[in-house]
Amino acid sequence: MTAVISPDTHHDDAHEAHDHHGPTGVLKWLTTTDHKIIGLSYTVTAVLMLVIGGFFAELIRVQLSAPYEHFLSFAQYNEVFTMHGSIMIYLFAGPMAFGALANIIVPIQIGAPDMAFPRLNALSYWLYLTGSITMLSGFFVSGGAANFGWVGYAPLSNAANSPGAGADLWIGALLLTGFSAIFTGVNICATVFYLRAPGMTLFRMPIFTWNLLVTSILILLAFPVLTAGLIMLYCDRHFGTHIFSVQGGGVPVLWQHIFWFWGHPEVYILALPFFGMVTEIIPVFSRKPVFGYKGMVFATLTIAALSLGVWAHHMFTTGVVLLPFFSIMSLLIAVPTGIKLFNWIGSMWRGQIWFSAAMLYAIGFVVTFLIGGLTGIYLASPPLDFFTHDTYFVVAHFHSVVMALVMGGIAGLYYWGPKITGYLLNETIGKIQFWFLFIGSQVFTLPLYILGLRGMPRRMAVYPNNPGWQHLNEIATIGAVLIGISTVLLVVNILVSWKKYPAGDNPWDGHTLEWFTTSPPPHHNFYRLPQIRSERPTWDYNHPEAPAIAHGTHEEK
Amino acid sequence: MEVQPSPPQGAGPQSTKHRRRWIAALIPLTALALSGCTLPSFGAYKSDTTTGQDSYRLWQWFSVGAVVIGTFTFLLIVWAVLRYRRKGDTIPKQSQYHIPLELLYTIIPVIIVGVLFWGTVVVENKVVAMPKTNVRIHVNAFKWGWGFTYPGQNAVVVGNTTQEPTMVMPVGTDVAVTITSTDVMHGFYIPQFNFSRYALPGVTNEVTFHAVKTGTFTGQCSQLCGLYHSLMYFKVKVVTVKQYTEWLHGFDTPAGKLAAQAAENALKIQMSAGLPVVSAVTAGVN
Repeated sequence: MTAVISPDTHHDDAHEAHDHHGPTGVLKWLTTTDHKIIGLSYTVTAVLMLVIGGFFAELIRVQLSAPYEHFLSFAQYNEVFTMHGSIMIYLFAGPMAFGALANIIVPIQIGAPDMAFPRLNALSYWLYLTGSITMLSGFFVSGGAANFGWVGYAPLSNAANSPGAGADLWIGALLLTGFSAIFTGVNICATVFYLRAPGMTLFRMPIFTWNLLVTSILILLAFPVLTAGLIMLYCDRHFGTHIFSVQGGGVPVLWQHIFWFWGHPEVYILALPFFGMVTEIIPVFSRKPVFGYKGMVFATLTIAALSLGVWAHHMFTTGVVLLPFFSIMSLLIAVPTGIKLFNWIGSMWRGQIWFSAAMLYAIGFVVTFLIGGLTGIYLASPPLDFFTHDTYFVVAHFHSVVMALVMGGIAGLYYWGPKITGYLLNETIGKIQFWFLFIGSQVFTLPLYILGLRGMPRRMAVYPNNPGWQHLNEIATIGAVLIGISTVLLVVNILVSWKKYPAGDNPWDGHTLEWFTTSPPPHHNFYRLPQIRSERPTWDYNHPEAPAIAHGTHEEK
Repeated sequence: MEVQPSPPQGAGPQSTKHRRRWIAALIPLTALALSGCTLPSFGAYKSDTTTGQDSYRLWQWFSVGAVVIGTFTFLLIVWAVLRYRRKGDTIPKQSQYHIPLELLYTIIPVIIVGVLFWGTVVVENKVVAMPKTNVRIHVNAFKWGWGFTYPGQNAVVVGNTTQEPTMVMPVGTDVAVTITSTDVMHGFYIPQFNFSRYALPGVTNEVTFHAVKTGTFTGQCSQLCGLYHSLMYFKVKVVTVKQYTEWLHGFDTPAGKLAAQAAENALKIQMSAGLPVVSAVTAGVN
């Protein structure tokens, strides 16, 4: 513990000696290997992708507000929903989760000066940016962007059924962002295992860091499979192989196996970081330690382990998978997920809840995720999946989940944004934005559940004007408009709050190490570190009289 | 749910009152649960096939569980949010673990999952069962339409996006339906039968329907299959066995044979037109 500097040394004294000399301005952004600046680049790019993907979502909802072809053609509609899904999954949710906030926060939370491989980290970002541009450029080639859905099922995605450069650009984009993710995974694993500050044992790591570690391991297990699959698909399209085509002795369903072997862990690769964010935020604003810390860690590990054995629940209706095995594995994921939900509630229980914007989003996350989680249990049961698969019920289910994740992500922006910029966002606008997003999400998703049960399949450019279908679609469109307004409010808030409300080092009375350093942190993050004796070193330093109480002390005060 | 909304620490006199209120709230739910036949539909179709009805009942019980657990958890969240909002600067008790409670909300979900899985397996075995039957229909999906052939019979029905075909099947008997695709993946989806199954190139899927009443139902493609995916409809017409036999015999007359031949040719043209590369399955009258 020799690295621990006496707490009474004021850090301002050290400013000059530690200042970093390097390029400034645009050159600094282009050449940096500083994880915080890379993380900021990730954040800006990912939020931009959210806006673009959200814009496509609004186009979809405008089209579906009436049953006939009135706004987009069939071909345009197929492109738009494909790119909506692809942008949101590949270019927004993942990079926002393990590129943006993880990059900024994980090294600081464990008291590290930077990521383990700073240059690899920079490469990750540039691959991600290149991949994003590659995917979007599909709109500018003849034949248009990819139009076979974000899952790219073979043989619809082969050269005969989907000719044109749009599909190839889609494959290329996924290869690039896939490598970006793999490198980030390597980097986070190495950082967490080798760069923790003295005293920061694994079971003193904040839950966010824990979740990012598990996410990174999942990335390393899952993404190479997708990359391999994409290369096979590309070979099928251009080099005359027949891996996914019946004609040459191939097996089309193999693509689904490969895709979902990546795709279901990917769901948790997306979700776990946002779970982690919420797990940081709820205890801080309840002024309590996270309830059931170790249970939380084991729940995360269990989810990760199970997620590798559930991929074929996306394929129940193919008729070629073992139903009971994938059913029980999928149902079991409800258990660790339930543990997380109850731990979040337990963290609030008997706390002193401060309803900041970040906390509102975190609670909105828990409620919305509860809906998305419960409806997911139906889909784990093959007989129920048979009549909900590929209908709007599924669409509603995963949109409940991802809207929850978006709330978690925005909670993270409000919570950690001040740490990285030095300035708070406007709380009032943040709360108004929250209610638009929260109410909008429910108004958007709940009618879709009924729509799916009434038999409306997904990915329909037009639909028969069955009784009720149009009304349900209209309600969902209203919800989408409310969500759109909330996105505009986020941008407005960033502009309004620009360098207006100085945050100070520790605006939320935070628990973890990032709240011990300055806002924004210096080049190598810390001038000094507190003693690390629990997973809340900053709290312990500021409130030495109130350590976490271990199990067994039941006596009332 | 027997789980009490007990806080992480010991219960005071106040929570006894809450417990009573909870039990009072559980009584109508239990009564509802016991009278299975009066369960609401929770939005799903009651279905007109035997296996569809089994799935429907499974849906109802899943929904009872989801509503009870969801309401319970939601009320816990609301309670925590309203009751424990910040009232001052005092630091609350820093309790972090409560092993019995944590075990409780691990073990109870495992039991619930076990029950759900049991119900799933029971219903699933009925849905995927393939009892022996003489009534067979072969469904062939293509971009963008459906062909229905009746093995051993002359009947052939083909339709596309502009003219949806009708699959005629008898009521009150097992009907074996085999499903294939000639080009890309399609989804053979009949909402009111509570069933869908992919039509895969290179794979022959099979399912048995046992319709319990006559009527006409809408079916459509549920899996994205290209440009006109959203126009790929068909009708399912469930008729009495007598009507079904008469309908089949209609194809044995010279005029009927001509119609069947025309439909079969149409099917072949559709297949070759919609199918520049992949040609795995040859459909038609066996």
